[in-house]
Amino acid sequence: MALVEVRNVTKSFQRDTQVIEVFDNLTLDFAEGSFTALMGPSGSGKSTLLNLIAGLDKPTSGTVTVAGAVVSSMTPSALATWRARHIGFVFQSYNLLPVLTAFQNVELPLLLTRLSKKERGERVRLALGVVGLDDRLDHYPRQLSGGQEQRAAIARAIVSDPTLILLDEPTGQLDKKSAEEVLGLLRRLNTEFRKTIIIVTHDAHAAEKAGQVLHLDKGVLAT
Amino acid sequence: MKLLPLVFANLRRHKLRTILTMLGVALATFLFASLRSVVTTLNAGTEVASASRMGVQNATAIVFPLPMSYKARLEAVPGVKAVSWANWFGGQYGDGKVFFATFAVDPESYLAMYPEIVVPPDQKEAFLRERTAALVGRGLMEQFGWKVGQNVTIKGTIFPGDWIFTIRGVYTPSVRAIDDRSFIFQYAALDERLQHRISPGWYTLQLTDPSLAAGVAQTIDDMFRNSSAATKTMTEKAFNQSFVTMWGNVQFLMNSIGMAVVFAILMVTANAMMMTARERTGEVAVLKTIGFTDRTLFLLVMLEASVLTLTGAILGLGGAKLLYSGTGFNGFGFLPGFDVSAGTLVIGFAIALGLAVVSGIVPAVRAARLSIVQALRHVE
Repeated sequence: MALVEVRNVTKSFQRDTQVIEVFDNLTLDFAEGSFTALMGPSGSGKSTLLNLIAGLDKPTSGTVTVAGAVVSSMTPSALATWRARHIGFVFQSYNLLPVLTAFQNVELPLLLTRLSKKERGERVRLALGVVGLDDRLDHYPRQLSGGQEQRAAIARAIVSDPTLILLDEPTGQLDKKSAEEVLGLLRRLNTEFRKTIIIVTHDAHAAEKAGQVLHLDKGVLAT
Repeated sequence: MKLLPLVFANLRRHKLRTILTMLGVALATFLFASLRSVVTTLNAGTEVASASRMGVQNATAIVFPLPMSYKARLEAVPGVKAVSWANWFGGQYGDGKVFFATFAVDPESYLAMYPEIVVPPDQKEAFLRERTAALVGRGLMEQFGWKVGQNVTIKGTIFPGDWIFTIRGVYTPSVRAIDDRSFIFQYAALDERLQHRISPGWYTLQLTDPSLAAGVAQTIDDMFRNSSAATKTMTEKAFNQSFVTMWGNVQFLMNSIGMAVVFAILMVTANAMMMTARERTGEVAVLKTIGFTDRTLFLLVMLEASVLTLTGAILGLGGAKLLYSGTGFNGFGFLPGFDVSAGTLVIGFAIALGLAVVSGIVPAVRAARLSIVQALRHVE
C-alpha cells in the first residue's frame, strides 16, 4: 500500500527570465514501511522531490498525497501543523540549533504538542537512547562530533514518531565510520520500528542499505 | 511559556550584544524617567496651589517690583480677604555651590496664608518677634547641619553685602511639592537695611471665595492698568507656572531631549534585532521544517524583542526610581519633592513596549514570511 503518492507532478522555477522545468508529469509511489534511496546527478530534482513530499514546496501542477492527506493543496499554516505530526526531516548539515543542548534540540518538535514537560523529557531520552546519545543530553552541538550531531538530528526527526522520515544527503558530511553508524541506524529504524524512510544520496554505498533505489535524471524516473 | 527557554537561549547567543542593547534601553529609559520627572515635579508645584490664593506681579515681568502703596488698594478690592507680600532675595551661603531659595516675606500675613508651612508655635513666635530671625526648611537644616539659634551669614547677590540671620524656626511642609529647603526671613529686615528703598516683588492675596478669582483679577489689573507699574493678577497655579516659565519652555526642552534619546535607542535596538534575525535565517527555516507555524515564529521574534527592551526598561526605570527615592535628590534645591511618578513609570514601560514592537516587527514579519526552500538553499 502506497504511503506517498506523487501524481502528474510538474515543477518549474523561474530564474531571471529563464523557466527551469524540474519535473514534467512525474508519477511515483512510496510504499508504507519502505526504505527508498533517491539517487541521481546534481540538478536531477532529488531534493526538490523531497521538499514536495515534506510540504516545504508546492508543485506547479499535480498532487502529492501522504497517508491520505493531499499535501500539495494545504495552506501554509495547515502544512506546518501537518509536518509537525507526520514528517521527520534530516538535513545534510545537521542544522541543530547551536544555542540549545542535544536534549533541547530533540525536544523542539514536542514543544508544538500538548505533552507535559515530564512526557516530553521521557520521549526525548527515548529518542536519544535509540540513536545512542543518551549520555550526551546536555552537550551542545559544538561539543559533539559530526556523526553525533547527525544522530541527534535523527533523534529530533523521530521524537514525535512521524509517519515518514525524509533525509537529504544525511551522510554527505560524515567520515566513513560515522556514515556507517548513521546508515545502520536508519536500517534499524526501518526494520525494527517499521518507519518509512526516503533518503536522497549521491553515495552508492548508502543507497545499498535501502530496500529500493530510484534514479532521477533531469526530473525523469529511470529505474 | 514552553517557548520561553528558546527565547532566552537565543538572547544568550551573543551575550555582549544582548547586554549592550539592554543597557542602551536601560540608559534611554533612565534618561526619559529623569527628564520627565523634572517636568512632573515642576508641574506638581503648580498642582498643589490653593484655589483661594492669587498672585499679583508686575505685568512686564516678575523681576520688576510693585509699589508698597498697592497693599492698601489691594486690601480694599471686594473679595480679597488678606494680602501678603514677598521679595526674592537670591543670596548665597558659603562658597555658593549649593543653591537654595531665599525669600523676604511679611511674616505674619505669610504664615497665616500658608498653613501648608508647618512651624512649631514657640518657634513661630520667636520668628515673628525678631527682625533678623530666619525660618528654615527642615531639609536645608539637615543639609548644612544647622541648629536653631545659630547665626547664618548669607551673601547677597541682588542686594549686596553680608546678611546675618539667626535661625529661630524650622518649618516642615505638609505637602511634598513644597520645598523644604527654603530660607525665609522678614521683609522688614530687608526694608530697614536698604533704608526703605525697596518695594515688594509680588503680592499674594487670600480670597473670601475661590469663585471670585476671575472678577478680582480683572478688577485689580484694570485698577493699575494706567499706572507706572501695571499688574498681572493670576491664580496661584498660574503664578507658580510663571515661576517655572522663568526657566524657559522647560517642558518642551525636556520632552524633546527625552524623545530624541528614545528615538536613538530605537535605531540601536532595531539594528540589533535585524542583525540577529539575519544571522538566524537558516534556523528559522529549520524550525519551519520541524512544524513551527508562521505565527509561532512571529511571536518568538516579538517575544525576544520584548524581553530585550522590557528588561532594559526594568533596569532603567527601576534604577531611576530607586536612585532618586534613595538619595532624596531634589535637583540641588530647584526641584523639591523630585520623584519618578507612577505615571512616568507606566509611560516608560509603554515606550519600552513600543520599542519592542517597532524594533521587532520587521524581523518578525520576515521570519513569518520566510520561504523555507530558499532559506535552506542559502544554508545548505
